Amino acid sequence: MIGAKDVAFPRLNLASWYVFIIGGLVTLYAIARGGIDTGWTFYTPFSTLYSTTYVEATGVGIFLVGFSSIMTGLNFIVTIHRLRAPGMTWFRLPLFIWSHYATSIIFVLATPVLAVTLLMIIVERVFQVGIFSPELGGDPVLFQHMFWFYSHPAVYIMVLPSMAVVSEIVATFSRRAVFGYVFVAFSSIAIAVVSFLVWGHHMFVAGLSVYSAMTFSMLSYLVAVPSAIKVFNWSATLYKGSISWDTPMLYAMGFIALFTVGGMTGLFLAALGIDVHVTDTYFVVAHFHYIMVGGAVMGYLGGLHYWWPKISGRMYPERLAKAAALTVFLGFNLTFFPQFVLGWLGMPRRYAAYPPEWRMLHIISTAGATILGVGYLLPLLYLTWAWKHGSPAGPNPWRATGLEWQTPSPAPKHNFEVTPVVTRKAYDYEGMKEELGLG
Amino acid sequence: MASSGSLALREQFGTPQHQRDTAVVGMWIFLATEVMLFGGLFTGFAAYRMYYTQGFLEGSREMTLTIGAVNSAVLLTSSLTMSLAIRSIAQGKQFRTYVLLLITALIGMVFLALKFTEYYLHYQERKVPGIWFVSSKPEAGPEQLFFVYYFAVTGLHAVHLTIGIGLTVTMAVRTAIGRFNERYHTAIEMVGLYWHFVDIIWGFLFAIFYIPGFHK
Repeated sequence: MIGAKDVAFPRLNLASWYVFIIGGLVTLYAIARGGIDTGWTFYTPFSTLYSTTYVEATGVGIFLVGFSSIMTGLNFIVTIHRLRAPGMTWFRLPLFIWSHYATSIIFVLATPVLAVTLLMIIVERVFQVGIFSPELGGDPVLFQHMFWFYSHPAVYIMVLPSMAVVSEIVATFSRRAVFGYVFVAFSSIAIAVVSFLVWGHHMFVAGLSVYSAMTFSMLSYLVAVPSAIKVFNWSATLYKGSISWDTPMLYAMGFIALFTVGGMTGLFLAALGIDVHVTDTYFVVAHFHYIMVGGAVMGYLGGLHYWWPKISGRMYPERLAKAAALTVFLGFNLTFFPQFVLGWLGMPRRYAAYPPEWRMLHIISTAGATILGVGYLLPLLYLTWAWKHGSPAGPNPWRATGLEWQTPSPAPKHNFEVTPVVTRKAYDYEGMKEELGLG
Repeated sequence: MASSGSLALREQFGTPQHQRDTAVVGMWIFLATEVMLFGGLFTGFAAYRMYYTQGFLEGSREMTLTIGAVNSAVLLTSSLTMSLAIRSIAQGKQFRTYVLLLITALIGMVFLALKFTEYYLHYQERKVPGIWFVSSKPEAGPEQLFFVYYFAVTGLHAVHLTIGIGLTVTMAVRTAIGRFNERYHTAIEMVGLYWHFVDIIWGFLFAIFYIPGFHK
């Protein structure tokens, strides 16, 4: 997309993949041996003093996977800085690249902190010393600070790539340049920067001082601003656009709708008083999934369909794919919307039992999850089928402007036969029309 | 990170200069991740030092200031020889580079030897947290916490230095078999950056662990 023949460090890229697999295998080993009972947050002192499960093995697994993330993040940043094609200036970059640049910044700056935190957990368990254990003067809340310093930016690692995809899809399928390009580009960077300053909102009930809680609350409101800029600008892009409703566009619209709901409920949670009321309830679960599944996963699926012709050289079955996209949207809302209501009423997370008057909402949620499962299974089946049997896609099935569409599908080994020279800004559909003599 | 050992220009780059500068950008970003890695430990140390000022001062008084100070001088000297090695290879003097790189690695080993002597002294004084820790002071808990951080951070630093020594020896061997000359020596420069980084980290360690207990 930037006209490079390869990433800056191809061998590092491969190493990142191998390390990822090894880390995954170590984690799988820990799961196979009985897993961990600390939850995903590894809160101390339970994880260090009391848990007798495979905390060390899981820690090593996550450490390795984190290392692979760092390698890829580093590679992306250097590639974007150093290997843009002639004429591909920063403000001609596709917004996809801006978002991944922001993601990579979080990778390289946040992941090492998680790595060292995990190392300290392992040290504390192996040597029986009290880094985070109150008996020996340690502070369990320090662990939470260090953990969330990574784990809050981590959710932006997940959602920024999906935002990247949505920018591409919205432009392609409304045949207009993304409205407010510079704002959308810098909102990605702003999200990356501010994401480092909001971790405390996970700890409002952990014993923060009132003033630090207020500061984190305000900063959490602030991080909503760049996200809102994106949503408004995507919507404005559609205005007077020539919109076509292919599958990627359905996913992109799904992303915008669900991300907006997730983002708005995030504001509820950033408010100190309301957060105390809904902490550890289904409300938080629903908010999280509206961002991570409704947002991030919808974006991934949209991107998968959008670039599938480029990856495989073949089209997927459009009607089936549209049906699957609608199934996912329907199933998702049925699963998670009732959880907002349940959480508000006081249903705590991680409990199997509930009072009988909440039965209907729980049944709807469970039924929705089944529908969602069908929606996820469908692409797995038809995309596998299309890999061999889909109709040939040609280089540019969407008539899109990006550089990746100017090379055959799938792309040859060095991406481009001739290094492209970029003379236009991104998403220049007006220019494309003139070129084709349609202006 | 360090790029390939051959002179060959990789296909994704336009010129050798382009390739070399890209490696430099990559190395600096890698060093940024290292800053964050050590930063996590420094942050925890700073927080506890604020909670337990007195206990951490007691811990600092147990340090062997002489060994720490000598080690600082040792490591700074190794940074000098590393810089001289990079200068020599830029002038095409391969044998001189080879010798300087070996001296650098050797000084690194002297540092480690002194460091482990110090660890052994702590062991004799029963200052190994968890398994072998005795303190007669009222602030025994915080003092132990000080030693947890001391061993964790200096240990992580020693691991980094060991990797640095391995890389430096590798560079020396590759210089000896003629892989580098005045036109191509990116890998040595990258190892040099890494070496200086490890040196700078030690400067901070010396400041936070040794100096507070200086006034006995």
